[in-house]
Amino acid sequence: MGEDLSGSSLADIDVSDPRRFECDTWQPLFARLRQESPVHYQAESPAGPFWSITRFNDVVDVEKNTEIFSSEPTIAIIDPPPERRSQMFIAMDQPQHDVQRRAVQPVVAPKNLREFEALIRKRSGEALDALPEGKTFDWVELVSRNLTTQMLATLFDFPWEMRHKLSEWSDAVTSDERMTAGKGLKMEERLEVIMEILEVFTRLWHERIGDGVESFDLIRLLQRDPNTANMVGDPTNYIGNLMLLIVGGNDTTRNSMSGGVHFLHDNPDQFERVKNDRSLIPSMVCEIIRYQTPLSHMRRTVTRDFEFRGQKMKAGDKVILWYCSANRDESAIPNADQFLIDRESVRNHASFGFGIHRCMGNRLAEMQLRVVWEEALKRFSDIKLMSPPTRLCHNFVRGYSSMPVQVTRYQ
Amino acid sequence: MPVIKFIEFDGTEHEVDADTGMTLMEVAMKYDVPGIDADCGGGAVCGTCHCFVENSTGPLPDVDPQEESMLGLRPDREGNSRLSCQIHVSDSIGDMTVKLPEFQM
Repeated sequence: MGEDLSGSSLADIDVSDPRRFECDTWQPLFARLRQESPVHYQAESPAGPFWSITRFNDVVDVEKNTEIFSSEPTIAIIDPPPERRSQMFIAMDQPQHDVQRRAVQPVVAPKNLREFEALIRKRSGEALDALPEGKTFDWVELVSRNLTTQMLATLFDFPWEMRHKLSEWSDAVTSDERMTAGKGLKMEERLEVIMEILEVFTRLWHERIGDGVESFDLIRLLQRDPNTANMVGDPTNYIGNLMLLIVGGNDTTRNSMSGGVHFLHDNPDQFERVKNDRSLIPSMVCEIIRYQTPLSHMRRTVTRDFEFRGQKMKAGDKVILWYCSANRDESAIPNADQFLIDRESVRNHASFGFGIHRCMGNRLAEMQLRVVWEEALKRFSDIKLMSPPTRLCHNFVRGYSSMPVQVTRYQ
Repeated sequence: MPVIKFIEFDGTEHEVDADTGMTLMEVAMKYDVPGIDADCGGGAVCGTCHCFVENSTGPLPDVDPQEESMLGLRPDREGNSRLSCQIHVSDSIGDMTVKLPEFQM
């Protein structure tokens, strides 16, 4: 989709077209939106009409105003039919959101993170040591997917031999044909997967009730909090939160883990710098997360007629917060199109969102990426991209299906 | 110039003369006091500049609804929890002693 949009009217362009993300040609369009029409009304799209918010500070302001810009009924660009609606705390407003989020938040509390770090380091080392040398392999499969699936299994204390199911499910629940230019699953196929997830996790829930195991896994945390102790009895709510935690704890980190390889390959000067000074890794991790923006957007829904930046929005209108565009907004991030591992205010990016829905696992994600890079840069003098990566045709998940790589080990 | 004493979680103290008008968060960043991340840069939309104000010469500004929303999600919230980006150093608040949490999230 190497298109030239310069002569086209913005009204004729579907900004949500997933193919533009697959071909990585979305930037000029969003640059134009930020310039010409930062709060932009899209009258027609496969997801129906919606507003696009494309500037950094406007994204922040919308996220702060939770009374006007609701996260209910869904944070997806497409509307599920009401009878298929699952309830997850990311798609709830206060106070219910806070109650459910607080129940699972201890999974990423510092006590857990400290224990996780040693585990993640061991697993990362093992995965990297097992990579072939002098042979092209898929970094997505052998590193990113492998490691994030292991992490997700730990977060759920999920049966280890079955852990590959978690990443399969993660791919399936975000794969909707309406967000993937027809390449994703049909609604019925997706529903089948969702029922399978519910079945497995309902069994795990019942096996764990009252087993007295002192574990901070997500299922036992829900069981332990009085506000969520009966969640299994409300399958719509249970499956909703499961899908949220499976996707949130997996796709995002996986794709940032792959993205880093790509960005360092494209920016050899930055790669040299971090090789020579590994103390830059924490800052580089923030920059990778900004540059990747693993979720391109979130959606809000207008609760009552409201004027925002001179645009008249109506109750019920969809509003899409384009994080990928906010992260390239020059007015908030100088030289935003450049990948600079030690940029000033490197933490100040939009990838985690803002306000009460800000990514709950952000510190775990950063730690996973930091440890992988610490271990990788100890071992490899070069990580070479052998051919361009394949990107997902998706307007929500910004990721890779393959990343052909060769590594060179230090002698 | 009000004097701000930051106390890290491990007990390390940093006493600094702070310019009025700056936020507590900005003062901590300016003097490289560790323990404040300030991911959002001061908009009360990330919660990663959380601190505990142990005492101050004068009264602190009230917690507004946005700050309250973010503090409400902190598992380590205490009665004196504040977002350091929401307190501007001033002569009326005067000197402050500010403890930093074990972690930001």
